Amino acid sequence: MRKPLAVPVGLLLSIWIGSGLARAQHETAADLLDGERAFRNTCANCHGPDGDQITGIDLGRGQFRRPMTDDDLVRIIRSGIPNTPMPASQMSVEQASKIVAYLRSMADAKRAGVAPGDALRGKAAFEGKGNCASCHRVAGVGSRVGPDLTTVGQRRSAKELERSLVDPAADVDPANRYYRVVLRDGSVVTGRLLGHDTFTIQMIDSHEQLRSFNMSDLRERGFVDSPMPSYRATMSTQEIADVVSYLQTLRGIR
Amino acid sequence: MSRTIRFASVICAMLAASLQAQVSFDRVLHADREPQNWLSYSATPLNQRYSGLTQITSANVRTLQQQWVWQTRSLEKFEATPLVVDGVMYTVQAPNDVVALDAATGRPFWTYNYTPAPEGRPCCGRVNRGVAILGETLYMATIDAHLIAVDAKSGQPIWNTVVAKASERYSMTHTPLVVKDKVIVGTGGGDGPIRGFIAAFDAKTGKEIWRFYTIPAPGEPGNETWSGESWKTGGAGVWNAGAYDADANLVYFGTGNPAPDWDGSHRLGDNLYSDSVVALDADTGKLKWHYQFTPHDELDYDATQVPVLADIPWQGRPRKVMLWANRNGVMYVLDRTTGEFLKGKPYVKTNWLDGFDEKGRPHRVKFPTKDGTLIHPHVHGATNWAPPAFSPKTGWFYVASWENSGTVAVEGQFPKAASANTRQTAMGQTTLVPFFNNDTEPFGVVRAYDPRTLDPKWEFRMSDITWGGTLVTAGDLVFSGGREGYFLALDAKTGALLWKASVGGQINAGAMSYAVNGKQYVAIAAGNALFAYSLP
Repeated sequence: MRKPLAVPVGLLLSIWIGSGLARAQHETAADLLDGERAFRNTCANCHGPDGDQITGIDLGRGQFRRPMTDDDLVRIIRSGIPNTPMPASQMSVEQASKIVAYLRSMADAKRAGVAPGDALRGKAAFEGKGNCASCHRVAGVGSRVGPDLTTVGQRRSAKELERSLVDPAADVDPANRYYRVVLRDGSVVTGRLLGHDTFTIQMIDSHEQLRSFNMSDLRERGFVDSPMPSYRATMSTQEIADVVSYLQTLRGIR
Repeated sequence: MSRTIRFASVICAMLAASLQAQVSFDRVLHADREPQNWLSYSATPLNQRYSGLTQITSANVRTLQQQWVWQTRSLEKFEATPLVVDGVMYTVQAPNDVVALDAATGRPFWTYNYTPAPEGRPCCGRVNRGVAILGETLYMATIDAHLIAVDAKSGQPIWNTVVAKASERYSMTHTPLVVKDKVIVGTGGGDGPIRGFIAAFDAKTGKEIWRFYTIPAPGEPGNETWSGESWKTGGAGVWNAGAYDADANLVYFGTGNPAPDWDGSHRLGDNLYSDSVVALDADTGKLKWHYQFTPHDELDYDATQVPVLADIPWQGRPRKVMLWANRNGVMYVLDRTTGEFLKGKPYVKTNWLDGFDEKGRPHRVKFPTKDGTLIHPHVHGATNWAPPAFSPKTGWFYVASWENSGTVAVEGQFPKAASANTRQTAMGQTTLVPFFNNDTEPFGVVRAYDPRTLDPKWEFRMSDITWGGTLVTAGDLVFSGGREGYFLALDAKTGALLWKASVGGQINAGAMSYAVNGKQYVAIAAGNALFAYSLP
């Protein structure tokens, strides 16, 4: 049995410190990846991608409404909490443990990672220096060439957002891949791929037009690099943190 | 050139293309000038459901071939008529998912998934009849009584306005009506204790601009037609498409039955403006005129059919009229500018009235009794939500309806179907079901009417009844269908059957037509799928 994590006794809101002693000895990168996937598929709908969307609980920082051991968490993931929206799941102990391991790794990363940003400054940088709206759209304002960011704060963690800003090619969501086709008359169309099958391709092109092509009408076709530039060299660490903070506030329309 | 600069360099071209693709209200109003597109529920705000395309004609329709099928993931009835804008089709997967398809192939571009609140429970199916468009924005009314603006290019929601509380039994299922810079909707749920209303919203922001209650408050004309406090919960919902006349600047909506449906004893009086058409100033929502088709309704004869506006010769001079094939079995011609009753005539077997006074008030002769009274037509009516069509080319009005259906009305109780197979009383279904009626029992029929006389010019009779609408084209074709699951092409001049396709599910919608790259298509929703046809 795992030891309880160190918590200030008597506090309703406790801080879960992921100590090395409490950590499972054989977690692999694959385990953490499995845990992340399971968290996103099962938990993030209510808890959010950073685990902080329920008042008083911040899974990504190890904050709960009462002290929790790893075993407590595994049990709750599997059995739910009666009379609350937290449902039971069909997960095995091993699956639930991977989610707990992922949460702990997220907490470690947050303590060592992104500097706190200012969302207001981030909004200004998004609209000004970053020129982000020239490709991205938020709540009906901006271009549709890039992915719509109206709900990105619900879907992406701070870590992922930061990575998209400094290293955008590192992990492109399949729904945001770029494509290029050359028609038989030589004209070239590039844009975001919306779907393709054996016979047809659907895109939103660089003029924001929905386009559909028959494969038989194309001379060439293929994926191209994301046009998203890296801001590593053009924005300071603080500015990037500010933009990340702003993006985290984008959680949909009213 | 950096990626940022490269992308900035295309912004000007992008803006130009974007402006070109805008669907201005002028385009919506005059959609007949671009027949390759279908910009409103029934083609234009006149609701004629007439396509000016001429590639498919009575001479070649026999060779019509299916081009694609798009299947929904919904098991609800598919009542939506799609829009087509410059090769992109927009429709609604019931209950409230907006979908953009390539109109030439049926392949999806995007889907906007909306999950209505669980309280959103319309009486008669979690359905939707389609979206409206203005600029680059689609508008959808939802079954939990929200009005949602969705970006037509990306499928992203722009605003979401709560029109009414679903917890109070309000719902919305119809296509919104776009007029100038406003989006206008009505609230359904009138079988329950709501007070129906029609409201206009700013197309950009979703902010409410005006509201017209379909039941007047104390002190307003018409409130005296409700006894006691019955006006507060008298129903009169709105759940089908409205129309707009630009010359008169009037919007028109039909209103539903008073509530409770069957028991009129607690709401004595005519119950204005239930079972009526109301003509409202498009800018202010002020009532200009009304006409009540069924005063003090006790048979659930919702007047929520689609108003059809046409300019026809009337007694030797042109007249702007409204044609209305009503659920109560009577077809009407009204002057749409003044509301004057010009003519009313039963168009199916009808026995609840024996005529009208000089102002068009019906003289009712059948009433629910303790022992039951046989009344024609049936509670589901001569027609219901399905859209009719008018051809400016033939000058005729095309209506799909139920013939020979009756109901036994017992005081305060749900009526029993009479001389009808009870199977057909379901409010539309999706799959094919066996049908057993004999020749004296109800059947479906498509008829063409001369609006000057309201006499039928021809009819096409089906074995089973129909919840489907009609489409008429400049190629002199009428497309229709019904519960039997056949999509039909009829000669608009003679009613002769020219072509049919078995679509494997019931047709609960009206057809539409459009063109992409010079090829004309005809599309129909049936079962849980959307079908598109064109010449080889």
